Amino acid sequence: MFEDKVLKKIKADKEKWERGPLAKSLSKSPEAKPVFTTISGAPVERLYTPLDVDDVDYDRDLGYPGTFPFTRGVQPTMYRGRYWTMRQYAGFGDAKSTNERYRYLLEQGQTGLSVAFHLPTQAGYDSDHPLSMGEVGKVGVAIDHIDDMRVLFDRIPLDKVTTSMTMNAPASVLLAMYLAIAKEQEVPWEKVGGTVQNDVLKEIICRGQYIYPPRHSMRLTVDLIEFCQKYVPKWNSISISGYHIREAGSTAAQEMAFTIADGIAYTQACIERGMDVDSFAPRLSFFFNAFTNVLEEVAKFRAGRRYWAKVMLDRFKAKDPRSMMLRFHVQTGGVTLTAQQPLNNIIRVALQTYATALGGAQSLHTNSYDEALCLPTQQAVTVALRTQQIVAEESGATDTIDPLAGSYYVESMTDRIEAEVDEYIKKIDAMGGTLAAIEQGFIQKEIQNSAYRFQKEIESGERVYVGINKYTMEEPPPSGLLKVDMSVGQKKAAELAEYRARRDQAKWKAALDKLREVSSTDENVMPYVIEAVTAKATVGEICDVWRDIFGEYRPKEYV
Amino acid sequence: MARKIKMIMAKPGLDGHDRGAKLLARICAEAGMEVVYTGLRQTPEMIVAAAEQEDADVVGLSSLSGVHNYFFPRVVELMKQKGMEDVLLVGGGIIPEEDYDFLKKSGMGAIFGPGTPTTEIVEFIQANVRQR
Repeated sequence: MFEDKVLKKIKADKEKWERGPLAKSLSKSPEAKPVFTTISGAPVERLYTPLDVDDVDYDRDLGYPGTFPFTRGVQPTMYRGRYWTMRQYAGFGDAKSTNERYRYLLEQGQTGLSVAFHLPTQAGYDSDHPLSMGEVGKVGVAIDHIDDMRVLFDRIPLDKVTTSMTMNAPASVLLAMYLAIAKEQEVPWEKVGGTVQNDVLKEIICRGQYIYPPRHSMRLTVDLIEFCQKYVPKWNSISISGYHIREAGSTAAQEMAFTIADGIAYTQACIERGMDVDSFAPRLSFFFNAFTNVLEEVAKFRAGRRYWAKVMLDRFKAKDPRSMMLRFHVQTGGVTLTAQQPLNNIIRVALQTYATALGGAQSLHTNSYDEALCLPTQQAVTVALRTQQIVAEESGATDTIDPLAGSYYVESMTDRIEAEVDEYIKKIDAMGGTLAAIEQGFIQKEIQNSAYRFQKEIESGERVYVGINKYTMEEPPPSGLLKVDMSVGQKKAAELAEYRARRDQAKWKAALDKLREVSSTDENVMPYVIEAVTAKATVGEICDVWRDIFGEYRPKEYV
Repeated sequence: MARKIKMIMAKPGLDGHDRGAKLLARICAEAGMEVVYTGLRQTPEMIVAAAEQEDADVVGLSSLSGVHNYFFPRVVELMKQKGMEDVLLVGGGIIPEEDYDFLKKSGMGAIFGPGTPTTEIVEFIQANVRQR
């Protein structure tokens, strides 16, 4: 970005400054610590100058928003056109109470929905399964069948809102229900917009909600992507997630690297299915974390956009620019929240929101300050949503695109993160690809080692965490926490028995038999899943069909 | 040479958050314990069977999905039935302080909330585990 002559002078001047004013200052009072690092452990220099970005080529490396390599953003106007979608992940108890929370959030100015399902649905069990005991309605809403789904979206027009569903191994079952409800509301599928997470690789890496072995899981994932490409063109058929990788302990660069590795695996699988890259890649979406170190997060998002664009162009020969865009949702860092002095979390979330805005996300969930203690209360959820609104409307971060571009530090860190991502991708390629790297436990171990390093830094006091290892204080136990009534489980079990007895048994059985038959072939299962949910098959029943055929995944544990 | 403290680290229920469980397993192992991590999706029966089979001195239960009041007492109860009262039970995760009393009364040796230093957990185990 600078001419050689200019750089030479800067270099000379910098050395002069180091020998002069800096040396003098250091001799009087040394710096607080010998080495400064980001929360990811990446080194941070005292001062960044044009010398640190001397190989940045503006046109090649930064360019313009909405054009390759998308470093500065995926749209030409970004938030000057419209803000990111404010999308709070919510769900608890039964469909009725969650529907009430959704309608409250929409009234408060939220612009999209995000469904948190309880763990039994995520693991493909009905609420009355023995493994569901104690879990019903706990961390999300209990959805067993299409009638639950109808209640969940009662008085919510599916052509007006977009919905994100955090659903992975049984993604096709829940999408099938959603599409069936859209049909009932007379909303054509071409108009239905939203996202289903559908990312089983990261379940195996770190999130734990897997059901089937990787190969069969990939088949279901690709079936869904292929079906959406044909019939639900506005649907984001996968949300390739780094969020949970970061929560599990990775660094910022590892989060981006392993997410992109997963993205490469899915793209490859779709191409092997016979799909043209530009037919599905524009609907691939991503999901990342945002920690409190604002500048590192911004660099991560920018590096990710640039690297993904190059992957799609160079490796997969995409032609459509939309195939090259890293469009992503962000959730603020759950693991950054403290149970101690919980109101401090509001500040952490605000900084993380600011990072997300400066980083150019397409949608955002802000965590509530009480989430290290329980599910969020309505008050805490409201503060979290207001945090987004304040950053969007008051902070000025949205007025201009990619405002940190050209910062010597941010550009240098963007380059460093991209280089680290590239190094990981090359290593994973050499191991035989993402699946092989997961099977060998490589990705899991890298994440766990980072988590271990961070924990040691906290416990040694080397890294300060306010309220944990510094500025601690005695405080009364928090009160007014949200609790989910244990009776939801009993109610749901009784209701399920009645549901199963009431349905048209012949129609139900025929639909499940057909699904079983098709699942053993290469045919796309999605149309048959829609048939099955419409014939009132439950989540657990459909997942059991596949458990019989595909078997269940049992991971090796890497500790 | 004294026998090593034998520990089972378990994830009851469907919760997939195992960063803490794995981290603590590693740190307890470094502190000289012999640690077996069960992996995810353990029923109380599976956990107690593992503890019995391994002749564990201590069982760690980690839960971040709000099911502690259901699962932890169940593990305690099953251990009592098997005459394993001298096995130390400790729990951790997203557990509100207001639940600590109930869990301790039902037989948990200690509950460690978010932000607890792992050294505190290791010391507690070393001080309270059965002697033999």
